[in-house]
Amino acid sequence: MVALRTVYRWELRKLAAQKRTYLGLGAAIIVPIIFVVALALQSGQPEDVLFGRYVRQSGLAIPPVILIFGSYWLFPLITALVAGDIVAAEDHNGTLKTILTRSVGRGRIFAAKALAALTYAALALLAMGLTAVVGGVAKSGFHPLVTLSGTTVSGSRALLLIGASLLVYLLPLFAVASIALLLSTVTRNSAAAVVGALMVSLLLQLIVIIPGLGSLQPYLLPTQFNAWQGLLRTPADYAPILRAIWVCALYALPCLGASYLVFLRRDVAGG
Amino acid sequence: MAAPPVEARGVVKRYGDVTAVDHVDLTVEAGDVYGYLGPNGAGKTTVLRMLLGLITPTAGEVRLFGANPLEHGAAALDGVAGFVEAPGFYPYMTGRKNLEMLAALDGGGAAARIDEALEIVELTDRQRHRVGGYSHGMRQRLGVAAALLRDPKLLVLDEPATGLDPAGMRDMRTLVARLSLAGTTVLLSSHLLAEVEELCNRVAIVRTGRVVFEGALADLKRTAGGEWRLRTTDDDRALTVLHARRGIDGVRRDPLELRFEATEEAAAELSVALVEAGLAIRALAPHAATLEDLFFRLTEGEPDTVPASATDTA
Repeated sequence: MVALRTVYRWELRKLAAQKRTYLGLGAAIIVPIIFVVALALQSGQPEDVLFGRYVRQSGLAIPPVILIFGSYWLFPLITALVAGDIVAAEDHNGTLKTILTRSVGRGRIFAAKALAALTYAALALLAMGLTAVVGGVAKSGFHPLVTLSGTTVSGSRALLLIGASLLVYLLPLFAVASIALLLSTVTRNSAAAVVGALMVSLLLQLIVIIPGLGSLQPYLLPTQFNAWQGLLRTPADYAPILRAIWVCALYALPCLGASYLVFLRRDVAGG
Repeated sequence: MAAPPVEARGVVKRYGDVTAVDHVDLTVEAGDVYGYLGPNGAGKTTVLRMLLGLITPTAGEVRLFGANPLEHGAAALDGVAGFVEAPGFYPYMTGRKNLEMLAALDGGGAAARIDEALEIVELTDRQRHRVGGYSHGMRQRLGVAAALLRDPKLLVLDEPATGLDPAGMRDMRTLVARLSLAGTTVLLSSHLLAEVEELCNRVAIVRTGRVVFEGALADLKRTAGGEWRLRTTDDDRALTVLHARRGIDGVRRDPLELRFEATEEAAAELSVALVEAGLAIRALAPHAATLEDLFFRLTEGEPDTVPASATDTA
């Protein structure tokens, strides 16, 4: 039986051969660049966003600002762009029957696809993080960062915390990827899966602001996009991170399980 | 005794109220070039998909070399290759890259067979071009190359000649014949009856989801009986003679000739009777039924005109 890593490597190579892959990666890179260029061209700063008032004091304040901005729709969209397409595109190209009649079981193919979609989300986030750090440092310098508690951490410590924040930010992104993967498997239509995953993400954000539903807020997916902020407090607050782990798992695992079962049992009557 | 390459028993596939495949039984023996024939919508491709484990039958069971694809998964497809409907490839990758990926999914020595497979289907020159720019015929040939990577013992081909030019169709026939001579069992679904007649030793003919004949091509032709064609100096009088004779059946008049069914002895006696009646015989010749004749008889006639012996052989 062919190893999972072989199938996974080819899923990545397929992604690398598609334009849509670079669309999402390009967006992840261009947004911090636009932000830095706008800072260079204008005199103000985004006062109403956390860390916004420090973007001219330390370039390391820029990645957190982009993380907050990106949580509304940018990163869910980038993630869904590939996760929503990764199964449906096989239907569209008529290639599902091609790969399912080789020497690899359906379960392994699904696992490779899920891993590839998650890898892409992580890569896009990493690309954004690196660009934001490089661009921010180029614009405002590698200086200490003021945390959400008002204390100051050194530049190297802040860099470490930003790295850790990106890891925590991956949790809700993986949940979004799982939702998109489920829609991709069930609808067999890339556009429906990408838009559907984004709609789910936006609807959950709407629920956050509906009066009277405040008690639900800690358990909604959009809230988990803020869990990383616990790292940028003194002392660090790990409670939102721990909650994000299980809340995101509650979103991701049923979606992954359902899409796995659908993929395993579905009739391939078309693609 | 080794299990046959393909064994389907009582296979049914229903989509809601529609029965696409209705209790199909098939046995493809090792070394067969097996033609699977039927009009559009008869359920041929659905059966092929069930054979390859792409579709779950509503009832019945499929086995490839004794293994059920639904129970044994990809392991049941060891030694099996082919494609259903048009072969699907990634349009944004080159032909070679597509084959490299499929070889990686096959494992074993598949990657080492890429160059040879490309050469066999004459795509070596276009291997570095993206599949998105390939013609339909080139994709068909790439589909065959992808199948050859698996060094198959059983090759399942669904309309392999579709989209090929006459030379491509000839090459495809030559390739199938060559693979068969080398010991590969071939299950071939095709609309090209002449192709099937030339290549296949056994056939199944399906109609509205049901197999109406399964067996040796020679047996199928025997079910047709002997048809004769006659032209005389006076076909009106000849028709009267024909109707009056015993052993002459199915007499029909065409614009150009008379047709009837008879044994060779009855036809010989008829020729004497025609001469005695003062008629000169311009032509009296047996007509061997072609697969096309039989196909249309089995798939277009009323269900109760299908020879009872046909389904009995299944």
